Amino acid sequence: MTSDTRANLIKQGAIWAFIVVELIFFSIAGEYLSVSDKAFMDFDNMLLLLKQSAPIGIIALGMTIIMINGNIDLSVGATFALAAIVLLDSMTWPFMQALGDWAIPLAWLFALGTGVVLGAINGLIVWKTGVDAFIVTLGSMLGYRGLVFIYNGEQPTSHLNWTLVDFAEAQFLGLHTATWFLLGAALVLWLLMTKTVHGRNAYAIGNNREAAVNAGIRVGPHFLWNFMLIGFLAALSAVVFYSESGSVNPNDGMLYELWAITAVVLGGTKLSGGYGSIVATLGGVIAIQLLRKGLGHIGADTETVNLVIGLILIAVLFLDRQLNRKGKEALKT
Amino acid sequence: MAELTKKGIGGFIARHGILVAFALFMVGFALANPRFIAIDNISGVIRSSAILGVMALGVTFVVIGGNLDLSVGSMMSFSTIVVLDLHDKMGPALAIPAMFAMTLCLGAFIGFLVGYLKLNSLIVTLGMLSAIHGLTLTYSGGKNMDIADKQGTWFSIFGPGEILGIPVPILIFALLAAVLSMILSKTPFGRKVYAVGGNGTAATFSGIPRARVVFLTYIMSAFCVATAGLIQASRSLGSQNTVGQGLELEVLAAVILGGASLLGGSGTVFKTVIGVLILGFIQNGLLLIGLAFYAQYVVTWVIIILAVWLDVAAKRGRLWSPIA
Repeated sequence: MTSDTRANLIKQGAIWAFIVVELIFFSIAGEYLSVSDKAFMDFDNMLLLLKQSAPIGIIALGMTIIMINGNIDLSVGATFALAAIVLLDSMTWPFMQALGDWAIPLAWLFALGTGVVLGAINGLIVWKTGVDAFIVTLGSMLGYRGLVFIYNGEQPTSHLNWTLVDFAEAQFLGLHTATWFLLGAALVLWLLMTKTVHGRNAYAIGNNREAAVNAGIRVGPHFLWNFMLIGFLAALSAVVFYSESGSVNPNDGMLYELWAITAVVLGGTKLSGGYGSIVATLGGVIAIQLLRKGLGHIGADTETVNLVIGLILIAVLFLDRQLNRKGKEALKT
Repeated sequence: MAELTKKGIGGFIARHGILVAFALFMVGFALANPRFIAIDNISGVIRSSAILGVMALGVTFVVIGGNLDLSVGSMMSFSTIVVLDLHDKMGPALAIPAMFAMTLCLGAFIGFLVGYLKLNSLIVTLGMLSAIHGLTLTYSGGKNMDIADKQGTWFSIFGPGEILGIPVPILIFALLAAVLSMILSKTPFGRKVYAVGGNGTAATFSGIPRARVVFLTYIMSAFCVATAGLIQASRSLGSQNTVGQGLELEVLAAVILGGASLLGGSGTVFKTVIGVLILGFIQNGLLLIGLAFYAQYVVTWVIIILAVWLDVAAKRGRLWSPIA
C-alpha cells in the first residue's frame, strides 16, 4: 500500500519536477547563452507564459477527460477554428451591431454554442454507431474543417472590437484574462473529475467499460456529455484567443489536437483510459510552453523546439512504461 | 425467404460496400459531367492521387499489423527536402539512394521503438511527427529548397515524366501496389503481419517474431514515404518544409475507407488503393460539378463515418450500437 502511494506520488509529481528542472536549466543556461540581458525567471515572463499556454491548455484539459474515458478527439482544432469564425462573424451581423457592446456576450454564446453542437455531433455518432472515437473524430476533423472553409471561403475573417480587446488584455490580480480562464477551467474540471459522480464514472468507464456497464453506468450519454464538454472547451479556447487577435484564418487551429494530446500524455494520462489527472495536464501544458520559451531564450532556433518536444514525448512514454513495469514486479513479490 | 435475400443483399453491401459506393459515385459524377470519365481526366486524378496512394500502401502494412503511423506526413516533407538538397550537392544518381537510406533510418527508429520496445504507436509516431518536422526545419534552416537548374536535370522524370504514354507516378503507384499486394497476400511475411495484428499474443505463442514483424512494417512504410517524397520532389523541383503536413491523417482516412480496421488484422492493399481512388475521384468530381475544393472535406467526413459504420454494423449484425 505504501509503495503504491509512493509510486503514485512519483508519477503525479514527475511533471512538476520536470518543470522545476526546466526552470533551473534555462535560468543557468540563459546566463551564458541568452542574447537578452533579462533573466529567464522574470516575473512578467512567467505571467506571459501562462497566458500563452491558455489556448492549447484549455483544450488539453478537455482532452484529459476524453482520454480518461479511453476515447480521443482529433477534431478540436477544427472546432476551435469554426467557433472563432462564429465569434468574429456574428459581431458583424446587423442586429448584433445594433446591440452595441451587448453583442459581445451574445457572440460568446454563439461561439460556445457552436462548440457544444459540434461536440454533440461527435458524441452522438460515437454513442449511436459504436464506431471508434478515433475514426469518428478523424472524419469530423476533415468535415468541420470543410465547414470552416464553407463559412467564409479561403478569406480570413476579421473583426476587431476594442471593448473585447481591452477585456482580453486586461490583468486582474496580475494575471491576464486568458490565464484566469485557463485556471478557472482547470479548477472546475478538477472538481468535476474528483468530487462528482460523473468524474468517478469517467475513470470507471476508462478502466473497464464492461464492468462499468454492468454497474449500471450509462456509457453512451456519458460519452455524449464529455464530447459536448470538449467542444465547449475548444470554443472557449477560441473565444479567449480571438477576442484579442480579432482575425482568424481558415487554417487556424490545425494540429492543435496533436499539441493538446502531447500535453495530456506528458501529464501522465493513459491513452488506454482509466488513469489521468487534470492537474497533471496543467503541468504538461506549462512544461511544453516553458520548453518553447526556454529554447527561444537560450537562442536555439525555434525549429528545434519540435524536435525536442517530440523526443521528450517518446522518452516520457518509455520512462512511464519502465516505472509501470517496476510496479508490476513489486506486486509479484 | 425474403428475410434471406434481404440478408444476402445486406451482407453483400456490407462486405463490398466500398466498391458499391465507388461505382455509384463514378456513375453519378459521370452523369453530372461527362468530362469526368474522359481518359485524360481519369489519368490526371490517378496521377495526383499517386503521392497519397504510395504513402497509404505502406501505412496499410502498419495498420494491418495493429499499429498507427502518424509520422508519414512530416517524414515525406523530410525526404522531399533532403533529396532536393542533395540533388544539387551530389547529383540525382547519388541523392536518391542517400535520401532513401536516411528515410529508412527514421523508419527503423520508429520500428525499433514500437516493435522492440513495445511503446504505444500512436504516441511514438505523434512524437516523431513533431520531431521529424523539427529535423526537417533544422536541416533546411527553415528555407524553401529549390533545384538550381530546373531544365537540365533528368530528375524530373519521376513527377511530370511519361513512359509509353503513361505518367510515371501512376506506373510507380501501380507497380508498388502490385508488389506490396503480392508480399501481403502471398508471402509468409504477409501472413505474419495479419497474425500479429489480429492477435499479437497468439502470434507470439505461435512462434512468430512479433517485434521483428512490426519493425518491418515500419520499414515498408518508410520506404513508401521515401518513394512518395521522390515523386513530390520531382514534380515540383522545389519545396516548402511543410509539404507533407496533414497528409498523415488523409492517408489514414484512405486506409480506413478501404476497410482496414484500426484494431489490426484486416485490410488489403487492393482495398486501400480503392480508398485512395475514392478520395481522389470525389475531390475531382466535386470540382467538376463546380464546388470549391473544400466541399470534399465534408463529403469525405460523411463517407468515412458511413463506411466504417456499415463495416462495424455488419460485424455485430445490427445497425445501432449496443452502447447503453
